[in-house]
Amino acid sequence: MGTYLVRRLLIALPSLLGISVVLFTVLALAPGDPFEEMATNPNIPPEVRLALREKFGIDDPVYLRYFRWLAAMMQGDWGFSFASRVDVDTLILQRLPATIFVIGSSQILALAIALPVGIYAATRPYSIFDQIANTFAFIGFSLPTFFTGLLFILVFSIWLDWLPFVYRSDISATGWRWYWEQIRQAIMPVMVLGLFQAASYTRYVRSAVLDVIRLDYVTTARAKGLGEKTVVVRHVVRNALIPVVTLVALQMPTVFGGAIVTEQIFRIPGIGSLLISAILANDTPVIMAVTFVFACLVVTFNLIADVLYGWLDPRIAFR
Amino acid sequence: MNETEIHDMVADVKEGKLSRRGFMQRLAAFGVAAPTAWHILDFHGVAQAQSLTAYKPTKAGGGGPLKILLWQAPTLLNPHFAIGTKDQEGSRVFYEPLAGWDTDGNLIPFLAAEIPSRENGSVSADGLSVTWKLKPNVKWHDGKPFTADDCLFTAAYAADPATAATTIGTYKDIKIEKINDLTIKITFAKPTPFWADAFVGAAGMILPKHIFEPFKGAASRDAPANLRPVGTSAYKFIDFKPGDILRGERNADYHIANQPHFDTIEVKGGGDAVSAARAVIQTGEFDYAWNMQVEDEILLRMERGGRGKAIPVSSGNIEFIMLNTTDPWTEVDGERSSVKTKHPTLTDPAVRAAINLLIDRDSVQRFIYGRGGRATANFVNAPPRYVSPNMKYEFNIDKANKILDDAGWVRGADGIRAKGGNKLKYVYQTSINAPRQKNQAIVKQAAQRAGIDIELKSVTASVFFSSDVANPDTYSKFYCDMQMYTTTMLQPDPERFMLQLVSWEIANKDNKWQGRNISRYSSAEADAAFREAQNSLDPARRTALFIRMNDIFCGENIIVPVLARTRMAASSNNLVVQPSGWDLDLWMLNAWFRP
Repeated sequence: MGTYLVRRLLIALPSLLGISVVLFTVLALAPGDPFEEMATNPNIPPEVRLALREKFGIDDPVYLRYFRWLAAMMQGDWGFSFASRVDVDTLILQRLPATIFVIGSSQILALAIALPVGIYAATRPYSIFDQIANTFAFIGFSLPTFFTGLLFILVFSIWLDWLPFVYRSDISATGWRWYWEQIRQAIMPVMVLGLFQAASYTRYVRSAVLDVIRLDYVTTARAKGLGEKTVVVRHVVRNALIPVVTLVALQMPTVFGGAIVTEQIFRIPGIGSLLISAILANDTPVIMAVTFVFACLVVTFNLIADVLYGWLDPRIAFR
Repeated sequence: MNETEIHDMVADVKEGKLSRRGFMQRLAAFGVAAPTAWHILDFHGVAQAQSLTAYKPTKAGGGGPLKILLWQAPTLLNPHFAIGTKDQEGSRVFYEPLAGWDTDGNLIPFLAAEIPSRENGSVSADGLSVTWKLKPNVKWHDGKPFTADDCLFTAAYAADPATAATTIGTYKDIKIEKINDLTIKITFAKPTPFWADAFVGAAGMILPKHIFEPFKGAASRDAPANLRPVGTSAYKFIDFKPGDILRGERNADYHIANQPHFDTIEVKGGGDAVSAARAVIQTGEFDYAWNMQVEDEILLRMERGGRGKAIPVSSGNIEFIMLNTTDPWTEVDGERSSVKTKHPTLTDPAVRAAINLLIDRDSVQRFIYGRGGRATANFVNAPPRYVSPNMKYEFNIDKANKILDDAGWVRGADGIRAKGGNKLKYVYQTSINAPRQKNQAIVKQAAQRAGIDIELKSVTASVFFSSDVANPDTYSKFYCDMQMYTTTMLQPDPERFMLQLVSWEIANKDNKWQGRNISRYSSAEADAAFREAQNSLDPARRTALFIRMNDIFCGENIIVPVLARTRMAASSNNLVVQPSGWDLDLWMLNAWFRP
């Protein structure tokens, strides 16, 4: 197990390096200039912009900039943002709590819906409940989050005027009121992300449980006269959930990606909205850092999925 | 109205035959607005009354929280590092300049005790120096006194190339002396009619010397105060997250009595313009939002039964089309659109005149921009004093056809006019932006009816406005026949703005396309007019020269103005804001209140 982990980590390193090369080259090839707003401002002489470009090393050849970035990264220096002249790691750390809170809550919500609904639907396939659950699941993952997000804003903020649609990281209230405000503003983004995930998870859970429930050992368990509840919870679900666990782990990076759009719509100050504003401002160090964090997430969660799989199903050996 | 008439009227004011107000009104009748009139009187040493904004509250505080939504969020809070207006707005919450511009183009003092003028002798007669008296008893948020040393330091800080300040252009060529603790004298290298640049408006915010002194030059990025500002303004800093939120609280020691009205201020960022408008106008979650780049139709719909309104503020920005008289399709010495080449068809003034007649400005205004713009025939549209009365616009396809017929451009079998094998086929580029694409389509349709074939091209804004030397699609390379964009005029004096019309600023390969004259057209007369205006201390003469430059370029149809743009903001119905087209949106935040 130990050597397996070490080997996997060693394989992960070159892939991260490769990802960083690709990212850097793509960003270098992309058009744009972090100081473009100054170009149309007649009060700022063009020399100022050129001097800034030179000072921040934007005019150097790509490979030079890449090695400089890599060397700094190795020493834990993430560079600083051209737009705010603040260290990138500070920026990311500032934004991380909001993202983790929203994504974490939405995942909990998604699982809280998907598990019971999926299992119940699978134990009664093609019943009315199953049909309804399926229909909603299809609608759920067919509607993109940017659409449901806007729809929710229209209904709950503008028509009904129940919920705020601007997420604020600094709520001035204290005590219970703070929690209430926090929940109120998080309801819409968490629902949008959570329901979308819940829809696809429901489908997975249902099919995984259906696969297992037909197996002979389940029939045996029933034949032994065990109660339906025990059969489903102890014998079916435990085995059925192995692929689901891996799937949830593998889905995590996608969830972070999907959250970018939701963060933008609800103005959640997370790393996704940081990425969007950095892209719009051509702020290369921030784009590099955030995309690199996403890349690390993909690699890490892949690893976690593999390890979890082996741990849940001892038949799969670590080699 | 000519120069002599203005001079006579100024004399009347001096002798008391005509009141200041009467003078302003009379000039207004000729389309000269207050800012200009102010400048004219000021230059002739006539005492000026301060135009004050009506601030109702009788005590400071008690207004509760003020919530502002800047969807393009501030990313740093050092005004001299500001990359865009968003950063200047954020900084302006905490820092103040000596004076700011109100919407009429008047100077309003903040950290200055009074506005320098010829009358009180603080603007020298030769135009070589200006003396500012600073307001006494002003304290920084940390309790230290504000003095002349802070001004001197700010100028030295910004002028140091190692600091990498974006305001370096304002401070590098001036000399500042300290007369005493509350007086500074700015000396210019040559006569400067427009003296109100350093320490004024967006580029003029003053930094505290005691905080920033260790961080001048190369260490500038390390200053903790870049993110934790200590200013003199009405609001003290609490907390800032770049690109997300900015919070401040009332400064109990603010140097203007009974201000500010609000107890706390919050500036939230992120999202897009439409939903920002929605949060202010429809749901009332926020009190104010800026830069409403939203189609007027949508704003009008939100305003019906909403809690807020859109506020149009006139500005000097102009959306215009530029015609290329150089050849964009032939490469000479490694560049296209070189001044060494001539455009095969657009060098014919008749063709350019015809194109000008094919632009349906009124429809563009009515159906696309609404309150966001006003159809115009001029490049300079504000302050009104500088607006040429000589230019007219017209939408007339028949007339355009006639001009082209008379000039010998004959329609071919394909309906496209040609002469000597050169067809009237053009590529017309602009940045990707819904109103601009609609505008392009309107022009294309009209041109078709006059036998001109226009191919539309749209370039992503981040490419179009970039300074990327390797990219052929930037606006400054102008590698096509026509292009359209908005250029901004940020000061109520057009001198900088007019640099776009002089020959030595022509964008080319040698200056890496950084020159400001993008059209590449030049005229000896315009050059001479600019040089004279730069040194002319007589405002009436200066105005006449700038108007002449405008008329040369618009009359030749090199610059084809479309709309004078207004800046749109959104405000809650129960908030009184102090908008200004010549300064930042938050320039007078201290005097905002709830009625």
